[in-house]
Amino acid sequence: MADSLIQNDMNAPAWKGGDVPYKASYGKMMMWFFLITDTLTFSAFLTGYGFSRFKFKDVWPVPEDVFTHFPFLHGDHPLLFVALMTFILIMSSVTMVLAVNYGHKMQKNKVIMWLSFTILGGVLFLSSQAWEWGHFIHGDSGAIELNNADVIHVVKDKEIYSIYDLMGADSYDGSHHAFELADVKENFASDSELGLRLYDKTFLDHSTSIEYLDQNASKVLLGANLTSNEYGHVLFADYFFFITGFHGFHVFSGVVLLIILLINTIMGTYERRGHYEMVEKIGLYWHFVDLVWVFVFTFFYLV
Amino acid sequence: MSEEQHSGNWWIWKVFWILLGVTAFEVMLGILKVDGYLPEFLVFDTFLGLAWLTHIFIVLTLIKAGYIVLVFMHLGFEEKSFQWTILLPAFILVPYLLFIILSEATHAYLMM
Repeated sequence: MADSLIQNDMNAPAWKGGDVPYKASYGKMMMWFFLITDTLTFSAFLTGYGFSRFKFKDVWPVPEDVFTHFPFLHGDHPLLFVALMTFILIMSSVTMVLAVNYGHKMQKNKVIMWLSFTILGGVLFLSSQAWEWGHFIHGDSGAIELNNADVIHVVKDKEIYSIYDLMGADSYDGSHHAFELADVKENFASDSELGLRLYDKTFLDHSTSIEYLDQNASKVLLGANLTSNEYGHVLFADYFFFITGFHGFHVFSGVVLLIILLINTIMGTYERRGHYEMVEKIGLYWHFVDLVWVFVFTFFYLV
Repeated sequence: MSEEQHSGNWWIWKVFWILLGVTAFEVMLGILKVDGYLPEFLVFDTFLGLAWLTHIFIVLTLIKAGYIVLVFMHLGFEEKSFQWTILLPAFILVPYLLFIILSEATHAYLMM
C-alpha cells in the first residue's frame, strides 16, 4: 500500500508538501472527511426527529405499535422485521471487512466472493426496506382524523380494531380502499362493543364515542403519506420517509459503488495497480451506512 | 493493525458476535417492554428527561458504534492525531446540537 502514499522524502523541508503526518493515503483521508460531514447531516436529521418528538410527546406514535408486521406471518411481531434488517446490514458489514482483508493479501478470488456477498446483503436490505415502506404506506388498521388534525383509533376491548373489519372489507384484496366517514360512523354505532382511543391514549366508551365522532371527526385515514398518517402525528411519517429514505439512498449508492468495485476487481484493475485500496475506501463508506443504521434503529424503532 | 491480527479473520467474527449479541439484547428488551415484563422503574422513571431504558439503549448503541468505527472502519489502528481529527468534530458538535435543539424542544412543548 506504501506506493499509494506520497513518498516521504526525509531531506525535504517540512511545510512544502511531501510529509504524511497521518500515514493515511489521500483517498482514504478524503473519504473520512466526507464521512464526518455525513455524520453531521444524519445527526441533524435525528436531532430534528428528537425535537418534534419532544415537542409532540403526548401525541407521538409508539414505534412498537407501528412496525409490528413480518412478511408471511400473521399477528403482531414488534421489532422482529427491523431486527432482521439490522442483522442483514451487520452481516454485509462483516463480508465487507472480509473483502478488505483479502484485498490486503492480494487474493483476488476471495475479494470477488466476499464483495458479491456484500452486494447481496445490500440488495436484501433495500428489498426489506421497500417492503416496510409499502406496508407503512398501505397502513394497518386505519384511523379517524379530527377537525384539529389529531388522529384517533377505533378500539374493541382497548385493542385497536381495524376499520377494514368494521366496514367488512379485505385490506389486502388489491383494490384501492376509501371509506366515507358517514358509513364508518353508521357501522360504528351498530356495534356496541366498540369504543375510541384518543390521541393521548385515553379511552371512550361506546355512547360517548358516537357523540365525540359527531362533534369532532373530519375524515377516515387509511395508511400514511406526507400529509396524513393513520398511526398518529403526521410528522412521524414525514421523518420516517425522510430519514429511512435518505439512509436507503446511501445504501443504494453503496450498492452501485460496490458493483463498480466488483467489475473492476474481476477485470483485474487492482491487481495491475498493485493494491486493493479502493476496496478499503468503499468499505469505509459501506461501514458508515451500517453505523448510521445502528442509530436509526435505536432512535426510530427502539425508544 | 499489527501483523498478528492481519493473519486471521477471527477478530472480524469476534466483532460480528458482539454486534449481533448487543442487537439481540436490545430487541429482547424492546419486546419485553411491549409485553410489559420490564421493571417499572426502567420504563417510567426518567433521568435528564429520558427513561432509564432509553439510556440503556443509547449506551448499547454507542458500544456498537464504537466497534464499527474502531475495528471495522479501522480507525482504532490509525495514527492518534488522525483519530482525533475524525472524532473531535463529532464529539464537540453533536452533543452541542443535541443540547440546544432538545432543550429548545422542551421549551416548545411547554409553550404549546
